[in-house]
Amino acid sequence: MAERRGALASAASDARVLFGAAVLLALIVAAAAAPLLAPHDPLEQDLLASFLPPAFQAGADPLFPLGTDSLGRDLLSRLIYGARVALTVALVAASLAALLGTALGLIAGYFGGWVDAIISRLVDVWMAFPPVLLSIVLVAIIGAGLNSVIIAIVIIDWTRFCRVVRAEVLVQREQDYVASAVTIGLGRWRILWHEILPNLMPLLLVLITLEMGIAIIVEAILSFVGLSVSSDQATWGGLIQEGRLYIHQAWWIMALPMACIIVSVLGLNALGDGLRRTLDPVMRR
Amino acid sequence: MTVAPTLAVAGLRLDLGRTPILRGVGIDVMPGEVHGLVGESGAGKTIVGKAVLGIAPAGARIRDGRMTFLREDLIAMPERRRRDLLGRQIALIPQDPMTGLNPVLRIDRQMTDPLRLHLGLDRAAALAKALELLHQVHIREPERVLRQYPHELSGGMRQRVLIAMAFSCRPQLIVADEPTTALDVTVQRQILRLIKELQETAGTAILFITHDLGVVSKICDRVSVIHSGRILESAGVADLFDFPQHDYTRALMRATPRYDRPGDVLEPVPADLTARLIAEAEALDA
Repeated sequence: MAERRGALASAASDARVLFGAAVLLALIVAAAAAPLLAPHDPLEQDLLASFLPPAFQAGADPLFPLGTDSLGRDLLSRLIYGARVALTVALVAASLAALLGTALGLIAGYFGGWVDAIISRLVDVWMAFPPVLLSIVLVAIIGAGLNSVIIAIVIIDWTRFCRVVRAEVLVQREQDYVASAVTIGLGRWRILWHEILPNLMPLLLVLITLEMGIAIIVEAILSFVGLSVSSDQATWGGLIQEGRLYIHQAWWIMALPMACIIVSVLGLNALGDGLRRTLDPVMRR
Repeated sequence: MTVAPTLAVAGLRLDLGRTPILRGVGIDVMPGEVHGLVGESGAGKTIVGKAVLGIAPAGARIRDGRMTFLREDLIAMPERRRRDLLGRQIALIPQDPMTGLNPVLRIDRQMTDPLRLHLGLDRAAALAKALELLHQVHIREPERVLRQYPHELSGGMRQRVLIAMAFSCRPQLIVADEPTTALDVTVQRQILRLIKELQETAGTAILFITHDLGVVSKICDRVSVIHSGRILESAGVADLFDFPQHDYTRALMRATPRYDRPGDVLEPVPADLTARLIAEAEALDA
Protein backbone atom coordinates (compact mmCIF):
# COMPACT_ATOMS: atom_id res chain seq x y z
CA MET A 1 0.00 0.00 0.00
CA ALA A 2 2.94 2.30 0.55
CA GLU A 3 3.25 2.81 -3.18
CA ARG A 4 -0.36 3.92 -3.55
CA ARG A 5 -0.14 6.19 -0.58
CA GLY A 6 3.11 7.68 -1.87
CA ALA A 7 1.67 8.34 -5.30
CA LEU A 8 -1.50 9.84 -3.90
CA ALA A 9 0.42 12.01 -1.48
CA SER A 10 2.64 13.36 -4.22
CA ALA A 11 -0.42 13.87 -6.43
CA ALA A 12 -2.12 15.81 -3.66
CA SER A 13 0.85 18.12 -3.28
CA ASP A 14 0.84 19.05 -6.95
CA ALA A 15 -0.66 22.48 -7.58
CA ARG A 16 -2.30 21.44 -10.85
CA VAL A 17 -3.91 18.42 -9.24
CA LEU A 18 -5.18 20.52 -6.35
CA PHE A 19 -6.64 23.14 -8.66
CA GLY A 20 -8.20 20.53 -10.92
CA ALA A 21 -9.60 18.53 -8.04
CA ALA A 22 -11.10 21.69 -6.55
CA VAL A 23 -12.79 22.53 -9.85
CA LEU A 24 -14.10 18.99 -10.25
CA LEU A 25 -15.35 18.97 -6.68
CA ALA A 26 -17.10 22.33 -7.19
CA LEU A 27 -18.75 20.97 -10.33
CA ILE A 28 -19.91 17.85 -8.53
CA VAL A 29 -21.29 19.83 -5.59
CA ALA A 30 -23.04 22.31 -7.89
CA ALA A 31 -24.57 19.52 -9.96
CA ALA A 32 -25.62 17.34 -7.05
CA ALA A 33 -26.99 20.09 -4.82
CA ALA A 34 -28.36 22.36 -7.53
CA PRO A 35 -31.86 22.68 -6.01
CA LEU A 36 -30.34 23.60 -2.65
CA LEU A 37 -27.69 25.97 -3.95
CA ALA A 38 -29.65 27.82 -6.61
CA PRO A 39 -31.38 30.91 -5.16
CA HIS A 40 -34.14 30.71 -7.76
CA ASP A 41 -35.89 28.27 -10.04
CA PRO A 42 -33.76 28.41 -13.19
CA LEU A 43 -36.88 28.66 -15.32
CA GLU A 44 -38.72 31.25 -13.21
CA GLN A 45 -39.24 34.34 -15.35
CA ASP A 46 -39.56 37.86 -14.02
CA LEU A 47 -39.93 40.15 -16.99
CA LEU A 48 -39.74 43.23 -14.78
CA ALA A 49 -36.29 42.15 -13.66
CA SER A 50 -34.77 41.37 -17.06
CA PHE A 51 -31.17 42.28 -17.95
CA LEU A 52 -30.16 42.93 -14.37
CA PRO A 53 -26.35 43.23 -14.12
CA PRO A 54 -24.28 41.07 -11.73
CA ALA A 55 -23.60 42.25 -8.20
CA PHE A 56 -20.28 43.89 -8.99
CA GLN A 57 -21.93 46.35 -11.37
CA ALA A 58 -24.06 49.41 -10.69
CA GLY A 59 -27.82 48.85 -10.65
CA ALA A 60 -27.59 45.24 -9.44
CA ASP A 61 -30.33 43.58 -7.45
CA PRO A 62 -29.02 41.61 -4.42
CA LEU A 63 -31.70 38.99 -5.14
CA PHE A 64 -29.89 38.14 -8.39
CA PRO A 65 -26.16 37.97 -7.53
CA LEU A 66 -25.05 37.29 -11.11
CA GLY A 67 -27.82 39.23 -12.80
CA THR A 68 -30.66 38.03 -15.05
CA ASP A 69 -31.20 37.27 -18.71
CA SER A 70 -33.65 38.68 -21.25
CA LEU A 71 -36.60 36.94 -19.57
CA GLY A 72 -35.52 37.91 -16.07
CA ARG A 73 -34.30 34.43 -15.17
CA ASP A 74 -31.62 34.22 -12.49
CA LEU A 75 -28.22 33.60 -14.16
CA LEU A 76 -26.56 32.07 -11.10
CA SER A 77 -29.31 29.48 -10.83
CA ARG A 78 -29.12 28.75 -14.54
CA LEU A 79 -25.35 28.33 -14.35
CA ILE A 80 -25.65 25.96 -11.39
CA TYR A 81 -28.27 23.86 -13.17
CA GLY A 82 -26.15 24.02 -16.32
CA ALA A 83 -23.36 22.31 -14.38
CA ARG A 84 -25.66 19.27 -14.06
CA VAL A 85 -25.81 18.78 -17.78
CA ALA A 86 -22.11 19.52 -18.23
CA LEU A 87 -21.04 17.10 -15.52
CA THR A 88 -23.43 14.35 -16.59
CA VAL A 89 -22.15 14.51 -20.13
CA ALA A 90 -18.53 14.74 -18.97
CA LEU A 91 -18.73 11.73 -16.66
CA VAL A 92 -20.93 9.43 -18.70
CA ALA A 93 -19.53 10.21 -22.14
CA ALA A 94 -15.89 10.07 -20.99
CA SER A 95 -16.42 6.77 -19.16
CA LEU A 96 -18.22 5.13 -22.05
CA ALA A 97 -15.71 6.38 -24.61
CA ALA A 98 -12.95 5.06 -22.35
CA LEU A 99 -14.66 1.68 -22.06
CA LEU A 100 -15.15 1.25 -25.79
CA GLY A 101 -11.78 2.67 -26.83
CA THR A 102 -9.84 0.77 -24.18
CA ALA A 103 -11.45 -2.55 -25.01
CA LEU A 104 -10.65 -2.19 -28.70
CA GLY A 105 -7.18 -0.78 -28.01
CA LEU A 106 -6.32 -3.68 -25.69
CA ILE A 107 -7.42 -6.24 -28.24
CA ALA A 108 -5.67 -4.51 -31.15
CA GLY A 109 -2.43 -4.04 -29.25
CA TYR A 110 -2.21 -7.45 -27.65
CA PHE A 111 -3.43 -9.76 -30.37
CA GLY A 112 -2.01 -7.84 -33.33
CA GLY A 113 -2.39 -9.38 -36.78
CA TRP A 114 -5.61 -8.91 -38.70
CA VAL A 115 -7.57 -7.85 -35.61
CA ASP A 116 -5.15 -4.99 -35.13
CA ALA A 117 -5.23 -4.14 -38.83
CA ILE A 118 -9.01 -3.84 -38.85
CA ILE A 119 -9.25 -1.78 -35.66
CA SER A 120 -6.36 0.50 -36.61
CA ARG A 121 -7.78 1.22 -40.09
CA LEU A 122 -11.14 1.92 -38.48
CA VAL A 123 -9.46 4.45 -36.18
CA ASP A 124 -7.66 6.05 -39.13
CA VAL A 125 -10.88 6.46 -41.09
CA TRP A 126 -12.70 7.70 -38.00
CA MET A 127 -10.13 10.36 -37.31
CA ALA A 128 -10.33 11.68 -40.84
CA PHE A 129 -13.80 13.12 -40.07
CA PRO A 130 -13.87 16.61 -38.55
CA PRO A 131 -15.16 15.82 -35.05
CA VAL A 132 -17.49 18.77 -34.47
CA LEU A 133 -19.15 18.38 -37.84
CA LEU A 134 -19.48 14.65 -37.28
CA SER A 135 -21.11 15.19 -33.90
CA ILE A 136 -23.59 17.68 -35.33
CA VAL A 137 -24.48 15.30 -38.15
CA LEU A 138 -24.79 12.41 -35.71
CA VAL A 139 -27.08 14.27 -33.34
CA ALA A 140 -29.10 15.55 -36.27
CA ILE A 141 -29.61 11.94 -37.34
CA ILE A 142 -30.38 10.36 -33.97
CA GLY A 143 -32.27 13.36 -32.67
CA ALA A 144 -31.44 16.00 -30.08
CA GLY A 145 -31.28 15.32 -26.38
CA LEU A 146 -28.87 14.46 -23.60
CA ASN A 147 -28.54 10.78 -24.57
CA SER A 148 -27.80 11.68 -28.18
CA VAL A 149 -25.09 14.09 -27.12
CA ILE A 150 -23.47 11.39 -25.00
CA ILE A 151 -23.74 8.82 -27.78
CA ALA A 152 -22.25 11.27 -30.28
CA ILE A 153 -19.27 12.00 -28.02
CA VAL A 154 -18.66 8.30 -27.38
CA ILE A 155 -18.89 7.44 -31.06
CA ILE A 156 -16.44 10.18 -31.96
CA ASP A 157 -13.94 10.08 -29.13
CA TRP A 158 -13.40 6.35 -28.51
CA THR A 159 -10.52 6.65 -31.00
CA ARG A 160 -8.54 8.82 -28.58
CA PHE A 161 -8.51 5.98 -26.07
CA CYS A 162 -8.08 3.27 -28.65
CA ARG A 163 -4.96 4.77 -30.21
CA VAL A 164 -3.17 5.54 -26.97
CA VAL A 165 -4.10 2.26 -25.28
CA ARG A 166 -3.04 0.22 -28.31
CA ALA A 167 0.34 1.97 -28.41
CA GLU A 168 0.86 1.41 -24.70
CA VAL A 169 -0.12 -2.26 -24.92
CA LEU A 170 2.47 -2.70 -27.68
CA VAL A 171 5.06 -1.40 -25.22
CA GLN A 172 3.79 -3.36 -22.22
CA ARG A 173 3.47 -6.71 -23.94
CA GLU A 174 7.21 -6.73 -24.67
CA GLN A 175 8.02 -6.24 -21.00
CA ASP A 176 9.64 -9.13 -19.16
CA TYR A 177 6.79 -9.37 -16.70
CA VAL A 178 4.52 -10.44 -19.55
CA ALA A 179 7.00 -13.13 -20.60
CA SER A 180 7.11 -14.19 -16.95
CA ALA A 181 3.34 -14.38 -16.89
CA VAL A 182 3.39 -16.54 -20.02
CA THR A 183 5.97 -18.88 -18.50
CA ILE A 184 3.81 -19.21 -15.42
CA GLY A 185 1.16 -20.62 -17.72
CA LEU A 186 -1.39 -17.82 -17.52
CA GLY A 187 -3.80 -17.54 -20.45
CA ARG A 188 -3.81 -14.64 -22.89
CA TRP A 189 -7.00 -12.97 -21.70
CA ARG A 190 -5.90 -13.31 -18.13
CA ILE A 191 -2.55 -11.69 -18.92
CA LEU A 192 -4.27 -8.90 -20.82
CA TRP A 193 -6.83 -8.31 -18.10
CA HIS A 194 -4.92 -8.96 -14.87
CA GLU A 195 -1.33 -8.15 -15.81
CA ILE A 196 -1.34 -5.50 -18.53
CA LEU A 197 -4.52 -3.55 -17.80
CA PRO A 198 -3.46 -2.56 -14.25
CA ASN A 199 -0.34 -1.07 -15.77
CA LEU A 200 -2.50 1.15 -17.97
CA MET A 201 -4.59 2.55 -15.13
CA PRO A 202 -2.60 5.78 -14.58
CA LEU A 203 -2.72 6.47 -18.31
CA LEU A 204 -6.45 5.80 -18.45
CA LEU A 205 -7.15 8.02 -15.48
CA VAL A 206 -5.35 10.88 -17.22
CA LEU A 207 -7.10 10.28 -20.54
CA ILE A 208 -10.52 10.17 -18.90
CA THR A 209 -9.89 13.45 -17.12
CA LEU A 210 -8.84 15.14 -20.35
CA GLU A 211 -11.79 13.60 -22.18
CA MET A 212 -14.17 15.06 -19.59
CA GLY A 213 -12.95 18.53 -20.54
CA ILE A 214 -13.43 17.76 -24.22
CA ALA A 215 -16.94 16.41 -23.56
CA ILE A 216 -17.92 19.61 -21.78
CA ILE A 217 -16.84 21.64 -24.80
CA VAL A 218 -18.61 19.38 -27.27
CA GLU A 219 -21.81 19.53 -25.21
CA ALA A 220 -21.54 23.34 -25.15
CA ILE A 221 -21.10 23.41 -28.92
CA LEU A 222 -24.10 21.17 -29.44
CA SER A 223 -26.33 23.18 -27.13
CA PHE A 224 -25.06 26.35 -28.77
CA VAL A 225 -26.42 25.09 -32.08
CA GLY A 226 -29.54 23.86 -30.33
CA LEU A 227 -28.89 20.11 -30.68
CA SER A 228 -28.43 19.25 -27.03
CA VAL A 229 -31.07 18.96 -24.33
CA SER A 230 -34.42 20.69 -24.86
CA SER A 231 -34.32 24.45 -24.49
CA ASP A 232 -36.35 24.49 -21.27
CA GLN A 233 -33.31 23.07 -19.49
CA ALA A 234 -30.42 25.36 -18.67
CA THR A 235 -27.09 24.51 -20.29
CA TRP A 236 -23.93 26.57 -20.56
CA GLY A 237 -23.88 26.32 -24.33
CA GLY A 238 -27.52 27.37 -24.46
CA LEU A 239 -26.78 30.35 -22.22
CA ILE A 240 -23.96 31.45 -24.52
CA GLN A 241 -26.26 31.18 -27.49
CA GLU A 242 -28.92 33.33 -25.79
CA GLY A 243 -26.33 35.79 -24.51
CA ARG A 244 -24.89 36.23 -27.97
CA LEU A 245 -28.07 38.09 -29.01
CA TYR A 246 -27.69 40.66 -26.23
CA ILE A 247 -23.92 40.96 -26.18
CA HIS A 248 -24.08 44.79 -26.43
CA GLN A 249 -26.70 45.30 -23.73
CA ALA A 250 -25.75 42.54 -21.30
CA TRP A 251 -22.34 41.03 -21.96
CA TRP A 252 -22.39 39.01 -18.75
CA ILE A 253 -25.09 36.69 -20.04
CA MET A 254 -22.58 35.31 -22.51
CA ALA A 255 -19.41 35.90 -20.51
CA LEU A 256 -20.42 34.04 -17.35
CA PRO A 257 -21.23 30.64 -18.92
CA MET A 258 -18.08 30.99 -21.02
CA ALA A 259 -16.11 31.53 -17.85
CA CYS A 260 -17.71 28.40 -16.36
CA ILE A 261 -16.68 26.33 -19.37
CA ILE A 262 -13.17 27.74 -19.43
CA VAL A 263 -12.57 27.17 -15.74
CA SER A 264 -14.02 23.65 -15.88
CA VAL A 265 -11.97 22.59 -18.88
CA LEU A 266 -8.86 24.28 -17.54
CA GLY A 267 -9.36 22.52 -14.23
CA LEU A 268 -9.89 19.10 -15.81
CA ASN A 269 -6.88 19.54 -18.08
CA ALA A 270 -4.75 20.60 -15.13
CA LEU A 271 -5.96 17.59 -13.19
CA GLY A 272 -5.10 15.27 -16.08
CA ASP A 273 -1.71 16.82 -16.59
CA GLY A 274 -0.89 16.81 -12.90
CA LEU A 275 -2.00 13.18 -12.52
CA ARG A 276 0.08 12.17 -15.51
CA ARG A 277 3.16 13.67 -13.93
CA THR A 278 2.60 12.18 -10.51
CA LEU A 279 1.27 8.76 -11.52
CA ASP A 280 3.57 7.99 -14.42
CA PRO A 281 5.95 5.46 -12.86
CA VAL A 282 8.82 6.48 -15.12
CA MET A 283 8.52 10.16 -14.29
CA ARG A 284 8.06 9.34 -10.63
CA ARG A 285 11.19 7.22 -10.30
CA MET B 1 19.93 -48.68 -18.81
CA THR B 2 19.88 -45.21 -20.22
CA VAL B 3 17.97 -42.43 -18.56
CA ALA B 4 15.85 -40.23 -20.80
CA PRO B 5 16.92 -36.59 -20.80
CA THR B 6 14.54 -34.09 -19.20
CA LEU B 7 15.08 -31.75 -22.10
CA ALA B 8 16.40 -32.90 -25.45
CA VAL B 9 17.13 -30.40 -28.18
CA ALA B 10 18.49 -31.76 -31.44
CA GLY B 11 19.42 -30.09 -34.71
CA LEU B 12 17.43 -26.98 -33.84
CA ARG B 13 17.49 -24.41 -36.63
CA LEU B 14 15.69 -21.13 -36.07
CA ASP B 15 15.44 -17.98 -38.17
CA LEU B 16 14.53 -14.54 -37.00
CA GLY B 17 12.94 -12.99 -40.04
CA ARG B 18 15.42 -14.07 -42.71
CA THR B 19 18.45 -14.16 -40.46
CA PRO B 20 19.54 -17.60 -39.28
CA ILE B 21 19.98 -17.46 -35.50
CA LEU B 22 20.33 -21.10 -34.54
CA ARG B 23 22.13 -23.48 -36.89
CA GLY B 24 21.51 -26.95 -35.58
CA VAL B 25 21.71 -26.68 -31.81
CA GLY B 26 21.75 -29.93 -29.82
CA ILE B 27 21.62 -30.07 -26.04
CA ASP B 28 20.53 -32.81 -23.66
CA VAL B 29 19.71 -31.78 -20.12
CA MET B 30 19.56 -34.86 -17.92
CA PRO B 31 17.33 -35.14 -14.83
CA GLY B 32 18.83 -33.33 -11.85
CA GLU B 33 21.60 -31.84 -13.95
CA VAL B 34 22.60 -28.19 -14.19
CA HIS B 35 23.55 -27.73 -17.81
CA GLY B 36 25.38 -24.54 -18.64
CA LEU B 37 24.90 -22.91 -22.02
CA VAL B 38 27.82 -20.52 -22.44
CA GLY B 39 28.42 -17.99 -25.15
CA GLU B 40 29.03 -14.34 -25.80
CA SER B 41 26.24 -11.92 -26.62
CA GLY B 42 24.58 -12.70 -29.91
CA ALA B 43 25.63 -16.36 -29.81
CA GLY B 44 21.98 -17.41 -29.63
CA LYS B 45 21.94 -18.75 -26.09
CA THR B 46 18.96 -16.73 -24.89
CA ILE B 47 16.89 -17.66 -27.92
CA VAL B 48 17.47 -21.35 -27.18
CA GLY B 49 15.90 -20.79 -23.77
CA LYS B 50 13.02 -18.84 -25.27
CA ALA B 51 12.40 -21.48 -27.91
CA VAL B 52 12.21 -24.13 -25.19
CA LEU B 53 9.67 -22.05 -23.30
CA GLY B 54 7.73 -21.20 -26.45
CA ILE B 55 8.22 -17.46 -25.99
CA ALA B 56 10.48 -16.83 -28.97
CA PRO B 57 10.00 -13.27 -30.28
CA ALA B 58 7.57 -12.48 -33.07
CA GLY B 59 9.14 -13.33 -36.42
CA ALA B 60 11.06 -16.32 -35.09
CA ARG B 61 10.53 -19.48 -37.13
CA ILE B 62 11.75 -22.94 -36.30
CA ARG B 63 12.97 -24.42 -39.58
CA ASP B 64 14.19 -27.75 -38.41
CA GLY B 65 15.06 -29.86 -35.43
CA ARG B 66 13.44 -31.43 -32.43
CA MET B 67 12.76 -30.27 -28.90
CA THR B 68 11.32 -32.70 -26.41
CA PHE B 69 10.50 -32.40 -22.73
CA LEU B 70 10.33 -35.84 -21.09
CA ARG B 71 9.86 -37.30 -24.59
CA GLU B 72 6.98 -34.93 -25.30
CA ASP B 73 7.34 -32.81 -28.44
CA LEU B 74 7.65 -29.14 -27.49
CA ILE B 75 7.46 -27.77 -31.03
CA ALA B 76 4.16 -29.33 -32.13
CA MET B 77 2.65 -29.02 -28.66
CA PRO B 78 -0.84 -27.46 -28.57
CA GLU B 79 -1.14 -24.16 -26.74
CA ARG B 80 -3.29 -25.63 -23.97
CA ARG B 81 -0.82 -28.35 -23.13
CA ARG B 82 2.03 -25.85 -23.13
CA ARG B 83 0.17 -23.63 -20.69
CA ASP B 84 -0.32 -26.66 -18.44
CA LEU B 85 3.38 -27.42 -18.50
CA LEU B 86 4.66 -23.86 -18.13
CA GLY B 87 4.97 -22.83 -14.52
CA ARG B 88 4.18 -26.35 -13.35
CA GLN B 89 6.74 -28.58 -15.06
CA ILE B 90 8.89 -26.02 -16.82
CA ALA B 91 9.73 -22.68 -15.22
CA LEU B 92 11.83 -19.63 -15.98
CA ILE B 93 14.17 -17.58 -13.88
CA PRO B 94 14.41 -14.40 -15.95
CA GLN B 95 17.47 -12.31 -16.57
CA ASP B 96 16.41 -8.99 -15.18
CA PRO B 97 14.82 -9.03 -11.74
CA MET B 98 13.88 -5.37 -12.21
CA THR B 99 11.42 -6.10 -15.01
CA GLY B 100 10.55 -9.75 -14.46
CA LEU B 101 7.89 -8.85 -11.90
CA ASN B 102 4.77 -6.88 -12.74
CA PRO B 103 5.39 -3.38 -11.33
CA VAL B 104 1.80 -2.69 -10.27
CA LEU B 105 0.94 -5.98 -8.59
CA ARG B 106 1.91 -6.92 -5.05
CA ILE B 107 4.24 -9.84 -4.47
CA ASP B 108 1.51 -11.95 -2.85
CA ARG B 109 -0.63 -11.78 -5.98
CA GLN B 110 2.26 -12.65 -8.25
CA MET B 111 3.45 -15.53 -6.10
CA THR B 112 0.05 -17.07 -5.48
CA ASP B 113 -1.13 -16.95 -9.11
CA PRO B 114 0.86 -20.00 -10.28
CA LEU B 115 0.16 -21.87 -7.04
CA ARG B 116 -3.57 -21.44 -7.40
CA LEU B 117 -3.51 -22.12 -11.13
CA HIS B 118 -1.38 -25.24 -11.13
CA LEU B 119 -1.69 -26.72 -7.66
CA GLY B 120 -5.34 -25.75 -7.21
CA LEU B 121 -4.69 -24.17 -3.84
CA ASP B 122 -7.22 -21.75 -2.38
CA ARG B 123 -6.17 -18.24 -1.44
CA ALA B 124 -5.21 -18.99 2.16
CA ALA B 125 -3.28 -22.14 1.28
CA ALA B 126 -1.49 -20.37 -1.57
CA LEU B 127 -0.51 -17.53 0.76
CA ALA B 128 0.81 -19.98 3.33
CA LYS B 129 2.78 -21.75 0.62
CA ALA B 130 4.17 -18.44 -0.69
CA LEU B 131 5.31 -17.58 2.82
CA GLU B 132 7.05 -20.93 3.12
CA LEU B 133 8.72 -20.40 -0.27
CA LEU B 134 10.03 -17.00 0.77
CA HIS B 135 11.49 -18.65 3.89
CA GLN B 136 13.22 -21.16 1.67
CA VAL B 137 14.89 -18.45 -0.37
CA HIS B 138 16.07 -16.85 2.88
CA ILE B 139 14.04 -13.69 2.74
CA ARG B 140 13.70 -12.02 6.09
CA GLU B 141 10.27 -10.73 7.13
CA PRO B 142 8.45 -12.62 4.38
CA GLU B 143 5.06 -11.47 5.68
CA ARG B 144 6.04 -7.89 4.93
CA VAL B 145 7.59 -8.70 1.55
CA LEU B 146 4.37 -10.40 0.46
CA ARG B 147 2.48 -7.16 0.90
CA GLN B 148 5.04 -5.06 -0.97
CA TYR B 149 5.33 -3.95 -4.56
CA PRO B 150 8.36 -4.98 -6.63
CA HIS B 151 9.93 -1.52 -6.63
CA GLU B 152 10.10 -1.59 -2.84
CA LEU B 153 12.50 -4.56 -2.98
CA SER B 154 16.19 -4.63 -3.88
CA GLY B 155 17.39 -6.42 -7.00
CA GLY B 156 18.67 -9.36 -4.98
CA MET B 157 15.35 -9.65 -3.11
CA ARG B 158 13.39 -9.58 -6.34
CA GLN B 159 15.58 -12.27 -7.84
CA ARG B 160 14.97 -14.38 -4.72
CA VAL B 161 11.24 -13.89 -5.20
CA LEU B 162 11.52 -14.91 -8.86
CA ILE B 163 13.57 -17.97 -7.88
CA ALA B 164 10.99 -18.89 -5.27
CA MET B 165 8.31 -18.58 -7.94
CA ALA B 166 10.26 -20.71 -10.42
CA PHE B 167 10.65 -23.51 -7.86
CA SER B 168 7.17 -23.07 -6.41
CA CYS B 169 5.39 -25.86 -8.30
CA ARG B 170 8.40 -28.21 -8.13
CA PRO B 171 9.11 -28.17 -11.87
CA GLN B 172 11.20 -30.82 -13.60
CA LEU B 173 13.04 -28.23 -15.65
CA ILE B 174 14.02 -24.62 -15.06
CA VAL B 175 15.41 -22.35 -17.72
CA ALA B 176 17.64 -19.82 -15.95
CA ASP B 177 18.45 -17.00 -18.36
CA GLU B 178 21.49 -15.18 -16.97
CA PRO B 179 19.84 -15.03 -13.56
CA THR B 180 22.79 -13.29 -11.91
CA THR B 181 23.97 -10.95 -14.64
CA ALA B 182 21.98 -7.94 -13.46
CA LEU B 183 23.16 -8.33 -9.86
CA ASP B 184 26.34 -7.12 -8.24
CA VAL B 185 29.05 -9.65 -7.49
CA THR B 186 28.42 -10.27 -3.79
CA VAL B 187 24.70 -10.81 -4.38
CA GLN B 188 25.55 -12.97 -7.40
CA ARG B 189 27.35 -15.52 -5.23
CA GLN B 190 24.47 -15.74 -2.76
CA ILE B 191 21.96 -16.20 -5.55
CA LEU B 192 24.05 -18.92 -7.21
CA ARG B 193 24.38 -20.75 -3.92
CA LEU B 194 20.63 -20.44 -3.40
CA ILE B 195 19.79 -21.82 -6.84
CA LYS B 196 22.20 -24.72 -6.30
CA GLU B 197 20.74 -25.44 -2.88
CA LEU B 198 17.14 -25.50 -4.11
CA GLN B 199 18.11 -27.46 -7.21
CA GLU B 200 19.84 -30.16 -5.19
CA THR B 201 16.96 -30.54 -2.74
CA ALA B 202 14.34 -30.69 -5.47
CA GLY B 203 16.42 -32.60 -8.02
CA THR B 204 15.44 -30.11 -10.71
CA ALA B 205 17.17 -30.06 -14.09
CA ILE B 206 18.34 -26.57 -15.03
CA LEU B 207 19.33 -25.13 -18.38
CA PHE B 208 21.61 -22.38 -17.13
CA ILE B 209 22.26 -19.70 -19.72
CA THR B 210 25.24 -17.44 -19.05
CA HIS B 211 28.19 -15.68 -20.63
CA ASP B 212 30.29 -16.10 -17.51
CA LEU B 213 32.62 -19.12 -17.23
CA GLY B 214 33.21 -18.21 -13.60
CA VAL B 215 29.51 -18.74 -12.90
CA VAL B 216 29.57 -21.99 -14.87
CA SER B 217 32.40 -23.37 -12.74
CA LYS B 218 30.39 -22.73 -9.59
CA ILE B 219 27.05 -24.20 -10.49
CA CYS B 220 27.07 -26.40 -13.60
CA ASP B 221 27.50 -30.15 -14.02
CA ARG B 222 27.81 -30.06 -17.80
CA VAL B 223 28.55 -27.25 -20.18
CA SER B 224 27.77 -26.56 -23.82
CA VAL B 225 29.64 -23.77 -25.56
CA ILE B 226 27.63 -21.93 -28.19
CA HIS B 227 28.81 -19.55 -30.90
CA SER B 228 27.00 -18.17 -33.95
CA GLY B 229 24.05 -20.43 -33.26
CA ARG B 230 25.86 -23.76 -33.01
CA ILE B 231 27.26 -25.82 -30.18
CA LEU B 232 31.04 -26.01 -30.44
CA GLU B 233 31.73 -28.25 -27.52
CA SER B 234 29.82 -30.08 -24.83
CA ALA B 235 31.48 -31.65 -21.81
CA GLY B 236 31.38 -32.28 -18.08
CA VAL B 237 32.40 -29.16 -16.23
CA ALA B 238 35.68 -30.58 -14.89
CA ASP B 239 36.66 -31.93 -18.30
CA LEU B 240 35.83 -28.67 -19.98
CA PHE B 241 38.04 -26.65 -17.71
CA ASP B 242 40.88 -29.19 -17.61
CA PHE B 243 40.84 -30.32 -21.22
CA PRO B 244 39.06 -27.78 -23.39
CA GLN B 245 38.75 -29.30 -26.87
CA HIS B 246 37.77 -26.35 -28.99
CA ASP B 247 39.99 -23.34 -29.76
CA TYR B 248 37.11 -21.05 -28.89
CA THR B 249 36.63 -22.62 -25.46
CA ARG B 250 40.32 -22.07 -24.74
CA ALA B 251 40.09 -18.48 -25.98
CA LEU B 252 37.02 -17.90 -23.80
CA MET B 253 38.95 -19.14 -20.76
CA ARG B 254 41.87 -16.85 -21.45
CA ALA B 255 39.35 -14.01 -21.57
CA THR B 256 37.80 -14.86 -18.18
CA PRO B 257 39.30 -13.54 -14.93
CA ARG B 258 40.05 -16.16 -12.27
CA TYR B 259 40.03 -15.69 -8.53
CA ASP B 260 42.77 -18.28 -8.08
CA ARG B 261 45.13 -16.64 -10.59
CA PRO B 262 44.81 -12.91 -9.99
CA GLY B 263 47.98 -11.99 -11.90
CA ASP B 264 46.81 -13.45 -15.21
CA VAL B 265 46.73 -11.20 -18.24
CA LEU B 266 43.35 -11.45 -19.94
CA GLU B 267 43.20 -11.75 -23.70
CA PRO B 268 40.19 -10.94 -25.82
CA VAL B 269 38.92 -13.67 -28.13
CA PRO B 270 41.12 -13.29 -31.26
CA ALA B 271 39.34 -11.62 -34.14
CA ASP B 272 40.52 -14.19 -36.70
CA LEU B 273 39.06 -17.00 -34.59
CA THR B 274 35.71 -15.20 -34.40
CA ALA B 275 35.82 -14.62 -38.16
CA ARG B 276 36.58 -18.31 -38.77
CA LEU B 277 33.70 -19.42 -36.55
CA ILE B 278 31.27 -17.09 -38.28
CA ALA B 279 32.43 -18.31 -41.71
CA GLU B 280 31.98 -21.94 -40.61
CA ALA B 281 28.55 -21.16 -39.25
CA GLU B 282 27.42 -19.35 -42.38
CA ALA B 283 28.59 -22.27 -44.50
CA LEU B 284 25.85 -24.26 -42.74
CA ASP B 285 23.15 -21.90 -44.00
CA ALA B 286 23.52 -22.88 -47.63
